[in-house]
Amino acid sequence: MAKYIGKRLLYMLISLWLIVTATFFFMRMAPGNPFTSEKQLPPEIEANLNAHYGLDQPWYVQYGEYLLRILKWDFGPSFKYKSQTVNDLISEGFPVSFLLGLEAIFLAVAIGVLLGIIAALKHNKWQDYTAMIVAVLGISVPSFIMASFLQYFLAIKWGIFPVARWEGFMYTVLPALALASTPMAFIARLTRSSMLEVLANDYIKTAKSKGLSSGAITVKHAIRNAMLPVVTYMGPLTASILTGSFVIERIFGLPGLGAHFVTSISNRDYTVIMGVTVFYSILLLVSILLVDIAYGIIDPRIKLAGGKKGE
Amino acid sequence: MNKKRFSFLFSILLVLSMFLAACSGGDDNADGGDSGDGGSDVEQNLSVNINTEPPSLHPGLAKDSTSGTVLRQTMEGLTRIGKEGTPEEAMAESWEVSDDQTVYTFKIREAQWSNGDPVTANDFEAAWKWAIDPANQSEYAYQLNYIAGAEAANTGEGSLDDVGVKAIDEKTLEVTLANPTPFFLELTAFYTYLPFNSKVAEANAEWANDAGDDYTTNGPFHMTEWAHSDKIVLEKSDTYWDKDAVKLDTIEMIMVNDPNTELSMFDNGELDWAGAPTGALPLDALPALKDEGRLITEPIAGTYLYKFNTTVEPFNNANIRKAFAHAMNRQELIDNVTQGEQLPAMALVPPTMFPENEEGYFPDNDMEAAKEYLEKGLEELGYSDASELPAITLSYNTSEGHQKIAQAIQDMWTQNLGVEVTLNNQEWAVYLDSVHALDYQVARMGWLGDFNDGINFLEAYRDADGGNNDTGWEDPEFQELLAQSATETDADARQQLLKDAEAIFMDAMPVAPIYFYTNNWVQNENLKDVAISGLGDAQFKWAYFE
Repeated sequence: MAKYIGKRLLYMLISLWLIVTATFFFMRMAPGNPFTSEKQLPPEIEANLNAHYGLDQPWYVQYGEYLLRILKWDFGPSFKYKSQTVNDLISEGFPVSFLLGLEAIFLAVAIGVLLGIIAALKHNKWQDYTAMIVAVLGISVPSFIMASFLQYFLAIKWGIFPVARWEGFMYTVLPALALASTPMAFIARLTRSSMLEVLANDYIKTAKSKGLSSGAITVKHAIRNAMLPVVTYMGPLTASILTGSFVIERIFGLPGLGAHFVTSISNRDYTVIMGVTVFYSILLLVSILLVDIAYGIIDPRIKLAGGKKGE
Repeated sequence: MNKKRFSFLFSILLVLSMFLAACSGGDDNADGGDSGDGGSDVEQNLSVNINTEPPSLHPGLAKDSTSGTVLRQTMEGLTRIGKEGTPEEAMAESWEVSDDQTVYTFKIREAQWSNGDPVTANDFEAAWKWAIDPANQSEYAYQLNYIAGAEAANTGEGSLDDVGVKAIDEKTLEVTLANPTPFFLELTAFYTYLPFNSKVAEANAEWANDAGDDYTTNGPFHMTEWAHSDKIVLEKSDTYWDKDAVKLDTIEMIMVNDPNTELSMFDNGELDWAGAPTGALPLDALPALKDEGRLITEPIAGTYLYKFNTTVEPFNNANIRKAFAHAMNRQELIDNVTQGEQLPAMALVPPTMFPENEEGYFPDNDMEAAKEYLEKGLEELGYSDASELPAITLSYNTSEGHQKIAQAIQDMWTQNLGVEVTLNNQEWAVYLDSVHALDYQVARMGWLGDFNDGINFLEAYRDADGGNNDTGWEDPEFQELLAQSATETDADARQQLLKDAEAIFMDAMPVAPIYFYTNNWVQNENLKDVAISGLGDAQFKWAYFE
């Protein structure tokens, strides 16, 4: 296990280096620079700015310095937001995105699994159809439309929740729901089909013939096995919720990291682009690793290490 | 089995508890956010949206309208643009101007910074020189170039000691200008000319990075909270010299960068103002808001225009340029596409500066003249028919609004001139690069005034290689008139020189003006006396709720 994790960590470092390198060079190849604006700067001033930020150095010096900075976890000052460093932006924005993501994942898994189980147990009954209609709607309605829809009805029409912003628990519900709707629907469908498959298995029939109550069968035997595909989905889900929160954060005016992930590119805010990319990459690489490990724990049939000893 | 079920349950519980812990944490700072229903009787709490985090609240580093919006409420320069739109005495209680209009002597009034320090002439000298000093990387330092020696010091050719700003004593500031500058008192209200507390700045170079004891202000409001990318809270300042005129107790400036959400929050009573100048309204909501009679529209000093690249065929020919500029139905474009009550522009300088430009230099939608110019131009270039012209590409930066306008204009040109026009859009920074490099044929651009004077719009086109010309056009006569205007001390004569220069410009037509910008917004009906200047800037100094 330790050997497996060590190997994975090494691969992660290599992936990270590839990501940093590719981002660095693509970013520099894009026309424009952090000082590009409608009202052009006098050339002397621009040269002065370039010198101050080290942009007049040859690319290999800049690249080398950048790699060193990442090692020291110091992403430098933001070009656009003069009052903050990139580390400030991340440490202030990430907790918001993280909470939103966590709440969304929680909602998606809790409601999704519940809907899926109900649908499977009441297969081809009205409960099944209702749950699946909800699921189809959730999958087909994009999150930003869901967001406006929730804002219109739950906030403006009925006044239950505030329209936007991030000031307390009530403020988190609508954005989390909007962000959760698609994965929730997906999880519901996933759970339903794997539950149906599991319920048709011989060991469920055995359990039934042993005289166990249907509740016990569902909880003890069916759900646990039906959860595997859902756990598998958690990796990509974390990725899509983290990177996809941008739109939701914008619509609900949340001070999260998602906005910087996108606007830094149009601002050509080099240090923010790199900092946020590195940060998100690490986050994703780690979450994928965690899912792989969790997978092995839940399903003992999957061995992480030692499977191919003869290699 | 039981153990495993327990671990599954436990992990769910863990997630749940983290989520609950997080939520209760969020509740702690929830107070203050409920000032939403600002419509109540006497509460003087204003809630506005400023869209984004202000990039810098240091007067020397600010260079964008969001930062300007905040600074205008918290800081005060020598002058302030009054309710009538003209500069009034502010930190300067009086001033004298030398006969040649190049030396201004300001008398600083008895005023205090929010920490009790007196505002001195030295604070102005220190702030201006700070911005001019190339070591401080101020991107807007060129706004101070009207001061003698400022440009040389900023580009590193001269010394800061030779810059024409000097604190004669605590309360007297002497400013020497490079040329007579009739709009200088307007400039002293602009944010690059704001002072800062030089004592605090000396002790803490990073004083402007956060709200707190070191962020001292001398304006009507004091910043008490700056939650980056979230909100800024301003409170009425007790130390402001004119605090009796200030009626609002607090201003909450939130940062929501989505026009639909902004309007929803306004409709829900969570905001007192939605739309320009601090925020933005969704374009498709404008017609409905207009029908409901809620939309307020005011013209501002800005021109939306199409630049022609005068260095390549066919736009190296003035008649061809004129043909394209005439063959637009601007009113139809405004009524059906932009829908923001903009004014058709048939001149470069907005009517807020030259009132007669509401009429412009030629009639809108003049297809006959367009065809005549086209004939002449084709003949001069040696073509027999418009279809022989080189393929014409109209460029704009990627945005739905610009795209709709470009499509409408493309259609007008194809219909009326019989030319083939293709559209090309690029991401903003890429686009600016191409336009600055003259790598285009026709390109859209907007120009918003920094101060309310025609020179602001004309001087960009003085030199072909000037940073903001982008058309390759220049004219010695135009340059001569601008040079004369710089030394002319009589205001009327100067205005006439600028108008003559504009006439030359419009006759050569290196750009086709399309419309003059307007500000569109909706506001709480009980909110009164928000001052919107001719440049479209908001001041809340005199605002109050009825």
